[in-house]
Amino acid sequence: MRFIGAILFIAILGLVVVAGLTPRAFAQDEPAVGPKPPVVIKPMESHIGNLTGHAADAKSDFRRYCAGCHGDYGDANGENAVWLDPKPRDFTIATFKCRSTLTGTLPTDEDLFNTIGRGIDNSNMPIWNTFSKQQRADLVAYIKIFSPRWEHEKAGTPISIPPEPPVTIESISHGQALFAKLECWKCHGTHGEGDGPSASTLTDSKDNPIRPYNFAAGGNDSRFKCGVTNQDVYKIFMTGVDGTPMPSFADVIQPNDAWDLVHFLRTLQVHRHSKENEVLAAAHGVIPPYVDKSPAPAAPAANKSPSGGQ
Amino acid sequence: MRMWAQSHLCQKPQRISSVFAAAFALILLLLSASQPAGALPAFARKYGLRCSACHESWPALNNFGLKFRDNGYQLMNERDSPIWQNPGYWPVTFRITPIWHRVSSLNQVDTYTPGNLGPTGSTAQRITSEGFDLSGLDFHTGGTLEKNISFYVLPSSDPTGAFHFESVNARIDNIGGSPWLNIRLGRFELNNLLSEKRTLWLTANGGIYQTYHFIPVGDGNIFGQMGDNQFGLEYMGHSVDDKTRISGSLLSSNDGNVNLITGANSYSGFFTFDQAFDTGKLGMQRVGAYAFVGEAATYYLTNSAGGTGAVPIPGSGIGNKGFSRVGFYGQFYFGPHFDLNVVTQHGEDNAWFGQGYGNAIATDGNGGATATCSNPANGPTCPYLNNTPGTTLAPGSRSPTWNGYTFEARYVYSPQLIFKAVYEAERMSQQATPGTPSNLGNINNYSIGYRYNPFMTSRAGFAYFGEFNLFHQDLTGPPNSAGNATNVNTSELMFGIDFDF
Repeated sequence: MRFIGAILFIAILGLVVVAGLTPRAFAQDEPAVGPKPPVVIKPMESHIGNLTGHAADAKSDFRRYCAGCHGDYGDANGENAVWLDPKPRDFTIATFKCRSTLTGTLPTDEDLFNTIGRGIDNSNMPIWNTFSKQQRADLVAYIKIFSPRWEHEKAGTPISIPPEPPVTIESISHGQALFAKLECWKCHGTHGEGDGPSASTLTDSKDNPIRPYNFAAGGNDSRFKCGVTNQDVYKIFMTGVDGTPMPSFADVIQPNDAWDLVHFLRTLQVHRHSKENEVLAAAHGVIPPYVDKSPAPAAPAANKSPSGGQ
Repeated sequence: MRMWAQSHLCQKPQRISSVFAAAFALILLLLSASQPAGALPAFARKYGLRCSACHESWPALNNFGLKFRDNGYQLMNERDSPIWQNPGYWPVTFRITPIWHRVSSLNQVDTYTPGNLGPTGSTAQRITSEGFDLSGLDFHTGGTLEKNISFYVLPSSDPTGAFHFESVNARIDNIGGSPWLNIRLGRFELNNLLSEKRTLWLTANGGIYQTYHFIPVGDGNIFGQMGDNQFGLEYMGHSVDDKTRISGSLLSSNDGNVNLITGANSYSGFFTFDQAFDTGKLGMQRVGAYAFVGEAATYYLTNSAGGTGAVPIPGSGIGNKGFSRVGFYGQFYFGPHFDLNVVTQHGEDNAWFGQGYGNAIATDGNGGATATCSNPANGPTCPYLNNTPGTTLAPGSRSPTWNGYTFEARYVYSPQLIFKAVYEAERMSQQATPGTPSNLGNINNYSIGYRYNPFMTSRAGFAYFGEFNLFHQDLTGPPNSAGNATNVNTSELMFGIDFDF
């Protein structure tokens, strides 16, 4: 009798344990319905220099300035989002275009801080440079409440940008060769007008159609999505533009090659006054064919690629 | 946009009844005024931004909205040019405000004796009226014609539907690629940091800033009202982040009236400078200064020999005399919810204006100017004071001077709900005529209120609002039974729905 009792006890205990483990499996079949719960403002912070931003302090500003596009839940579903092209950032997946960190990593707080103040050209993201620095720092912290990535991952390490070499017609020429070799033209077009053969097929990571950057469209004040300086251009193709088809070339080209590419890309901005365009004008507007002047490889290294550049 | 009339009429400073009539007419005209210009959902629709992005509470601009305006209604991206818009986009916004209000003011009324069909005299009595009403209607249209070329046109009506052009201007921005070089031509609001055309207030006396409109009792200078839109050419420059702003305007001294009825031969200038400072958690503080200096005519050719019944001929003004309005303004934030706007003013008019010369147009002119004295109390006998050659001022005449202060506090509970309060004080420091009571014309003006926007989108603006205004002016009321001038005390309670689309 005592044995039967023990069996029954173990069986009941087993049922309880099994029952306790299984509710989640059943619950997966019952999606959450009803109104969304209020946004939970996690105690996220940002650190930009001596500034510390607090998410809780940006609640009002996010509603006032940001939620119309990015949505109250940061999921890019604001009431204006449907009308925008390109679509606003979805903060819930924490994928950001403008970073100083390697592709796939989280941006630094300063990256986000600068993006807010700079705006994103060729999009509806305005230049919010009328905010106080504290406002921007608080908003950076607020952006982090929408994705758990910020709780589990640290921001990537910013890439190092070597000093820019002088602009020469040779560096422009080499950049042009790289533009062809790396097949940048397939998206950006042979003249950088964003009309390459692949341009019409491009989509972002959420399958929304996306257009490649048109270098030639702007005037003297033309900007890139993630900045305006040569260092910014360098950063863009060395870190990639996450969430878009624009890859990182950090593993493909060497720093000096990257600078040559920067110099060539500047010449595609035909309406912009730049050192590169001055050099090109001095060469009568003709970019000579690239000639590899690197030393002839030593015999043991004869099978190495000559793409080291100059 | 407004139909404000001048705060003075036919000049007879010696007669209290004239002063009373002027004050009474002022109140009537203010009551008939339409609401100020405001937010433009057309801009929000173009750029896909909520109204709150540019407005602390529409129509009052925040720093971002100020930068947008200073850039010629551009966000300074590659989509500013209308060529990037859907061809069906038409940048038009209308705004109108149905209201209920209760107005109580001291008036001179006819006494009536039963059985006697005619008036038997007059006495000062308080009249209170209440009921449903309507503001005027605004049709805002503005935006870019091309990158860095913008326009703004605002046909505006009074509550009866009589239209005038409140604003008409075109602007060329960022000349040579520099934000420091922007030019505007036409009729426009002066670069007042505390904008009257974007005020949050809608009552008759609270809906204008008294500091921007104050004129001494009996003064004939109708030109120095910096709250009115003016005709002229404006230079404006600002830093890229709009923290530093400067402007200078050359204006016709006609107080915004068309056809050079006045101011045909006189100009004034309006100059401003302001600087914003980032003060950390307190927010962005902005301080600045302004000067409005100019001259206006005191002598007009008339259609008769002058004196009683003489009507000045439009555009014939000469005999220019000077005036000035200078002051400071500040916009102080105390964290994300509370801000205080301050405007001060020291005003001075030439002694000729102080004695009533220079008013060639007794009505504002927005709704159809008539170069006649409009004071109904004086009828056809109204004398027009004209500085004809050989005219001399009465002994002791001097330049009237005064000081004004405006304090407007706002508590932004959320982007959708704002509480607001205003206190204004206008104080005469020197009357034009010795012996005049030193406080004649002094003003205290108080307003409190709220605005609540039940939704915030980029498509339309909608606000429930309520406000209460109390206006007090010394010695400009009708005479009491002893024949002494009384103070004007007017109150107004207003509720309504302010919307635009």
